[in-house]
Amino acid sequence: MSAPLLSVEEIVVDFRTRAGQARVLDHVSLNIAEGEILGIVGESGCGKSMTALSIMGLVPNPPGKVTSGAIRLEGRDLVGLSESELCAVRGKDIGMIFQEPMSSLNPVFTVGEQIAESVRLHEGASPRAAMARAVEMLRAVEIPEPEMRAKAYPHQLSGGMRQRVMIAIALACRPRVLIADEPTTALDATVQAQIFDLLQDLQRETGTAIILITHDMGAIAELADRVAVMYAGRVVEQGAVETVLSNPEHPYTRGLIACVPHLVPEPPMVREPLLEIPGMVPALTDLGRGCAFAPRCRERIARCDEAKPPLEAGADAHLAACWVARGGVPA
Amino acid sequence: MSARNSTLTVEGLKVHFGGGRALIGTRPTVHAVDGVSFSVPAGRTFGIVGESGSGKTTTALAIMRLVPITAGRVTLGDTTISDLDGEELRAARRQFQIVFQDPYSSLDPRKRAGEIVREPLDLMKIGTRAERDAKVAALFEQVGLRPEQRVLFPHQFSGGQRQRLGLARALSTEPDLIVCDEPVSALDVAIQAQILNLMTRLQRDLGLTYLFISHDLGVVQHICDEVAVMYLGQIVEQTDRVTLFTNPRHPYTKALLAAVPSVHGNKRDRRDRIRLKGDPPSPVNLPTGCRFASRCPFVEDRCHLSAPPLVERGIGHSVACWLDDPA
Repeated sequence: MSAPLLSVEEIVVDFRTRAGQARVLDHVSLNIAEGEILGIVGESGCGKSMTALSIMGLVPNPPGKVTSGAIRLEGRDLVGLSESELCAVRGKDIGMIFQEPMSSLNPVFTVGEQIAESVRLHEGASPRAAMARAVEMLRAVEIPEPEMRAKAYPHQLSGGMRQRVMIAIALACRPRVLIADEPTTALDATVQAQIFDLLQDLQRETGTAIILITHDMGAIAELADRVAVMYAGRVVEQGAVETVLSNPEHPYTRGLIACVPHLVPEPPMVREPLLEIPGMVPALTDLGRGCAFAPRCRERIARCDEAKPPLEAGADAHLAACWVARGGVPA
Repeated sequence: MSARNSTLTVEGLKVHFGGGRALIGTRPTVHAVDGVSFSVPAGRTFGIVGESGSGKTTTALAIMRLVPITAGRVTLGDTTISDLDGEELRAARRQFQIVFQDPYSSLDPRKRAGEIVREPLDLMKIGTRAERDAKVAALFEQVGLRPEQRVLFPHQFSGGQRQRLGLARALSTEPDLIVCDEPVSALDVAIQAQILNLMTRLQRDLGLTYLFISHDLGVVQHICDEVAVMYLGQIVEQTDRVTLFTNPRHPYTKALLAAVPSVHGNKRDRRDRIRLKGDPPSPVNLPTGCRFASRCPFVEDRCHLSAPPLVERGIGHSVACWLDDPA
């Protein structure tokens, strides 16, 4: 593997809440190479969106705070940069698309102006050149009649078109890394497929690295090269997509795959109940000293309550944070 | 199992919104549901799938009599739901209840959980106060909540627990039919399994009939016995669950199935599937021909001329597509 383009190193994010201190990200490490798609998967509150925000330098402060760790883009640490230095990175080197395109677009500017804005800001382009780039970007994201659509306001576009506009804004300055946080959750299935195809095409053409945040294992299987599974603020499993999906080592990953009724071409005549992950995600304010998943885990052993399992490599750089999976401990 | 005949039958259901006079000219008519017919035998689960704007939720609301029915007939057993009004309708609501999509906005935040579940019993004056309270405690256990949680407020419950409350409220009047409008789509995946398994168990124990509205084909495949696919207010394909997924016939159904990313899939074969371009047309200005023609990859001239009727093409397998016409 080539040297990582972006690496997240042992990042820790704490939030002060009324219920006490919550460790929202607990020594999260990830890296992504040029042209790679990294999937981050997990339930609400697992820290997947917070990981994205910490990369963007957008952790709300207060109440949140990056306590320790580094985020390196081509070797340069982004943690601790001033707001103006971060502004030069955001949108230029790292682009981001959000879940809900309607609330992320400004309703009083045309979509063309919103795409042109980042080009003017980051590249000092003239208004005319920036608008020309905006039209070119709208064409790149396959919006029909881009010259006309550049003059449209967000409310005049459908949900799928708005998400295309978001992608156009994020990619207008040709960033090295694109973070897509649940980019299709608000969209219909057939439109979701169009957006995924578009992301894949753009990634192939430009070599942009993509971090795809989702709760959909199917999307991970079809789009990502590598996947990180998060639970309660930690990465619990990480590896190549084929390896993790065909041979999940962490009981949580196995549960996450098995609990979803997957669409299959030939459904069985007799329906088995779905495998349930009992209970629910724990509160981050009182995690205890053991494995955060232990209370819901079917394979729990005594050691799981005593200490947090480290994220350790097995074969093929397949990482898992589980005492049982990493063996050496009598069950 | 319920001893009563409680088959749900929907015939030629239409729900149109708008029309009539506006400030200037006339208001456009939205054909939200435009001639939908199906029937669900007692104790079975009938799924309606479709994208936003397909009319699946409006169909559910019309059956519940929560939106005005423009035309058509809805019967549940011996009761013609679509003919009822006022006090008769209120009394009949005992037999059919609904579970909504969003467990956050469908529970009154100022009421305690026990009151929320008891409310239908209070409104319909079922049993004495003591009987109602005992019933609520039993319902809490039935849906996997603890009876002492009756005193809590909705915000003290998680999303999954709130949906259990929604189910308990729907079950309180001992209905024959429960209309489920996307009951798990607002929940985390691990919690979805818990609710789906609960719904399956309740159906087996109580002989419930479910009308299950969803956009999630994996969930529909898991829980439904028969499935109708809707597009712009009409059913385009309808058959049993195994046939629909092994042998889909309508191009829209095929595209919808192909659009769902699969855990068994991978980057390489993603490309070889049917892809739809664009968005569905507006339900205000409907085309004269097939409503899917503008997005259909197999469209022919005749598709633009007239709308294909929903015709039985196999045993219990109806399709509305000219290309499926042997003539």
